Amino acid sequence: MANSAGEYIQHHLTNLTLGAHPENGFGFAQSAQEAKEMGFWAINVDTMFWGIALGTLFCWVFKRVADNMQAGVPSGLQNFVETVVEFVDQSVKESFHGKNDLIAPLALTVFMWILLMNTMDLVPVDWIPALAGVFGIHFQKVVPTTDINAAFGMSLSVFFLIIYYSIKVKGPGGFFAELAFQPFPKILMPFNLILEGVGLIAKPISLALRLFGNLYAGELIFILIALLPFWAQPFLSVPWAIFHILVIVLQAFIFMMLTIVYLSMAHEHH
Amino acid sequence: MNLNLTILGQAISFGIFVWFCMKFVWPPIITAMQERQAKIADGLAAAEKGAEAQELAKKEADEVVAAAKTQASEIISQAQKRSNSMVEEAKDEARSEADKVKQSAQADIEQEVVAARENLRGQVSTLAVAGASRILGKEIDANAHAKALDDLIAQI
Repeated sequence: MANSAGEYIQHHLTNLTLGAHPENGFGFAQSAQEAKEMGFWAINVDTMFWGIALGTLFCWVFKRVADNMQAGVPSGLQNFVETVVEFVDQSVKESFHGKNDLIAPLALTVFMWILLMNTMDLVPVDWIPALAGVFGIHFQKVVPTTDINAAFGMSLSVFFLIIYYSIKVKGPGGFFAELAFQPFPKILMPFNLILEGVGLIAKPISLALRLFGNLYAGELIFILIALLPFWAQPFLSVPWAIFHILVIVLQAFIFMMLTIVYLSMAHEHH
Repeated sequence: MNLNLTILGQAISFGIFVWFCMKFVWPPIITAMQERQAKIADGLAAAEKGAEAQELAKKEADEVVAAAKTQASEIISQAQKRSNSMVEEAKDEARSEADKVKQSAQADIEQEVVAARENLRGQVSTLAVAGASRILGKEIDANAHAKALDDLIAQI
């Protein structure tokens, strides 16, 4: 356990990183500094574990419902699943007017996965890291979306889909024309390219940073509250958790909505 | 807060989850939901149709009842007319029958009267001859006074 408040916070914000350290060789990073020195070729095991576990949970639950789906009167879990599916389907129908069988399942996966990962934020900040500590694991960040890698992993996937569908629908020439020949006349092509290129690249970055920033800030507040005397904590962490429920759902919804809108834009000719 | 391979790992898991969702989760759920939607829509339409049919049937039944009522009243009035006319006919018949009987009785009476008169006439000559012979004290030949007797009979 950490000694000072600074170390405590630092400890809680460090991922369990597995990689090859230039000096210490292959293994888990023993500090944030070491994790940094491992560079790109390292992996955050906690983020991957929780991300995959929650994604699998989503797939398992929804698959089970899908297998036992009845067109008659629904009940129990099927009601919940149908509500989510209906909600996502409605959002997709409102914003996406093309014909693409990928968009709706993609939106559902985005929404549910982010929702589940964000919800890990409501688990008291010390529970799982302490449990992991018992098993000799030093670092444990249980909210994958507070790891910028998770947020970028998704937003970059969406970005590649944007580019893929832009080229598929409009052709390489059409996609280039969209970037180069507007909003100003063709003579100002370089200027247009810079403007539209920034706009294009801003999409995945804003998508990832918005999610990451909100959840990271929320997690940080929980950590700060956890530093207070035990009798003061409930008075702050409970209201914050209640407020955070809104953030959790809202961020999942925003990510899903923007994914739909961006892909819709990729399908439309301007 | 380092960018590292986790990006790739998360992107790959994301792709797998999306693929799984697209392959095994979304289609059956959305199909079943659409099926139910269609079922409910069908049910509502059927209910509406049923209500319409019921209304139509009710209207038809009302019409049939009304027609039956008018027919019944017609039949009743016809029957009344018929019975009236039958009574009238019967009355007429009875009257004519009575007349006939009366007439034949009268004819009979007249015949009787004529017959009686003829009979009396026949006897008049005999009586006249007998009376005259009593008065005169002698036999009178009826044949000799046949003409006078005939006149007498005719006068009666």
